[in-house]
Amino acid sequence: MTHKPMQDRYNLAFKLYPYTRSPDQDAVDPVRRPVVVMGGGPIGVATALDLGLQGIPVVVLDDHEGIGQGSRAICFAKRCLEIADRYGAAAPMLDKGVVWNLGKVFHEDRKVFEFNLLPEAGHKFPAFINLQQPYFEKFLIDRVRQAQAEGAPIEIRGRNAVFGVDVAEDHVTLQIDTPEGAYVLEADWLIGCDGASSPLRKMMGLDFEGRVFQDSFLIADITMQAAFPTERWFWFEPSHKAGASTLLHKQPDGVWRVDFQIGWDVNRAEELKEENVRRRLTAMLGPDVEYDIVWTSIYTFQCRRMKKFRHGRVIFAGDAAHQVSPFGARGANSGMQDVDNLGWKLGMVLRGQAPEGLLDSYDAERRHGADENILNSTRSTDFITPKSKISHIFRNAVLDLAERYPFARPLVNSGRLSVPCTYDGSALNTPDALPGGPARTRPGSPCPDAPLGDGFLLNRLGGGFTLLALNAETPGIPADDGVAANILALTGADDPTGALAARYLGEAPAAIYLIRPDQHVAGRWASFDETAVRAALRRACGKE
Amino acid sequence: MLNTNPNIADPDGFYAALIAAHDGLSEEQSAALNARLILILANHVGDPEVLRAALAAARPAN
Repeated sequence: MTHKPMQDRYNLAFKLYPYTRSPDQDAVDPVRRPVVVMGGGPIGVATALDLGLQGIPVVVLDDHEGIGQGSRAICFAKRCLEIADRYGAAAPMLDKGVVWNLGKVFHEDRKVFEFNLLPEAGHKFPAFINLQQPYFEKFLIDRVRQAQAEGAPIEIRGRNAVFGVDVAEDHVTLQIDTPEGAYVLEADWLIGCDGASSPLRKMMGLDFEGRVFQDSFLIADITMQAAFPTERWFWFEPSHKAGASTLLHKQPDGVWRVDFQIGWDVNRAEELKEENVRRRLTAMLGPDVEYDIVWTSIYTFQCRRMKKFRHGRVIFAGDAAHQVSPFGARGANSGMQDVDNLGWKLGMVLRGQAPEGLLDSYDAERRHGADENILNSTRSTDFITPKSKISHIFRNAVLDLAERYPFARPLVNSGRLSVPCTYDGSALNTPDALPGGPARTRPGSPCPDAPLGDGFLLNRLGGGFTLLALNAETPGIPADDGVAANILALTGADDPTGALAARYLGEAPAAIYLIRPDQHVAGRWASFDETAVRAALRRACGKE
Repeated sequence: MLNTNPNIADPDGFYAALIAAHDGLSEEQSAALNARLILILANHVGDPEVLRAALAAARPAN
């Protein structure tokens, strides 16, 4: 059989899943798989981990044989690490990542102010780590390999490029190209994690509308022997003129991210020539700093999302479903929250424990999350790159006043850093029934971590439903269609720092929480009420 | 006394609304909007000492 060789769209940092022939390619009739994930980026692999660790067979199709080069996403937030920790992949991320807390903002070279993320004590993970995306992806795949060895039914097929989809009511048929020719595979469910330019979205003819920002940014990752501290430095209108704004951020391996705002009408090829990149870097760093360039790229961006993330048996996640500006680190971080939200719901539907309609709550909750991320990143972008003269005047007035007056500092917006969204108003929530309970743990909230005597709270939650009893007695509730809620009973003796009480009790002396498998609060009460808790569990499973 | 500490509950929301108020206006219209806004806010403040302090604070630093 003659076949056109498949072309790489990018170079690999790690070749981790070379093409091998699958028996599915030799089947007379197309093989049907429960779940196929399109795209082997961080969101696709995390989806496979979530499902595979539940024992659900999952096949990941990727058109390359490993992880692409280039640091790309570098800022991973606490919630993202907590999710990775639920999958058992976070420890090497934390080991490798750079922790930072201090940020400095400059305007025309003068320091306007500095801020400290002031991470709240009593969390297993820091507010952020900086880590090149290829490492993040590699640690996820390392965990896949380990899970496979333990029996998790995950398969990653390299050089499997989907070029046709046919969506039926109860399954999807995929046409897949490989170095040895095409084959057909069927999936009960198809998860589209194939990135911002999603071929799947295009094949299905689905919308992806939003706002285009007319500016380009030049990224240079460099290594240098310079005494910059591990801080986030952001310049508005620096005098070196190498960029209308410039960001400097530390990564592992002695690498620094430099990000120059270079305007809309640029000649990409010209700007990416080493001599031109060096001209900008030397203007910024001064003539005496020696550096090596590791990676360069020019990006533009849009803030947009699909109208719906679920289209019957096809569900989109990550950049394929929504795209934001990079300011605020809301891309990969929000994609991981998609996975966190989708995994348990799809698992329950596949096990027959919940109706398909539960997946519509994924659509509703994560669109809510995407809207919040788009709003925040759009506001940051409008501040960093003002769209009109008056907007520019106000921006510089804020920077000017922020140097002298504390009131103006909260108005300075060089990126509002990613925090998880609370699913207020979700159909899965049961109305708050804990008088005096803290707002941060109201129904819909992601559970904040807290130190327990011998570890952390979040390591005791998630995977399945949890009935968290604080200073309260509960006999538990019977399983509903095989869905149980594990009891976790804690008292002041388990709470050496008082953080657990502060975060979950507030003014209340005792509480019962029903916590979802993705560590979000489904409902909470002042005391155990079996009827109420059973109804809340059914509601959280999409059955009420 | 002039409050120069943060006092706006949702700074990003306020800033977005402020910029949006200028959407579609010419430079002259924007300047006029700003003038009206300042007069409205000044009236709300009322206290002459606070207004004097605000005028001084808004003067260029150098």
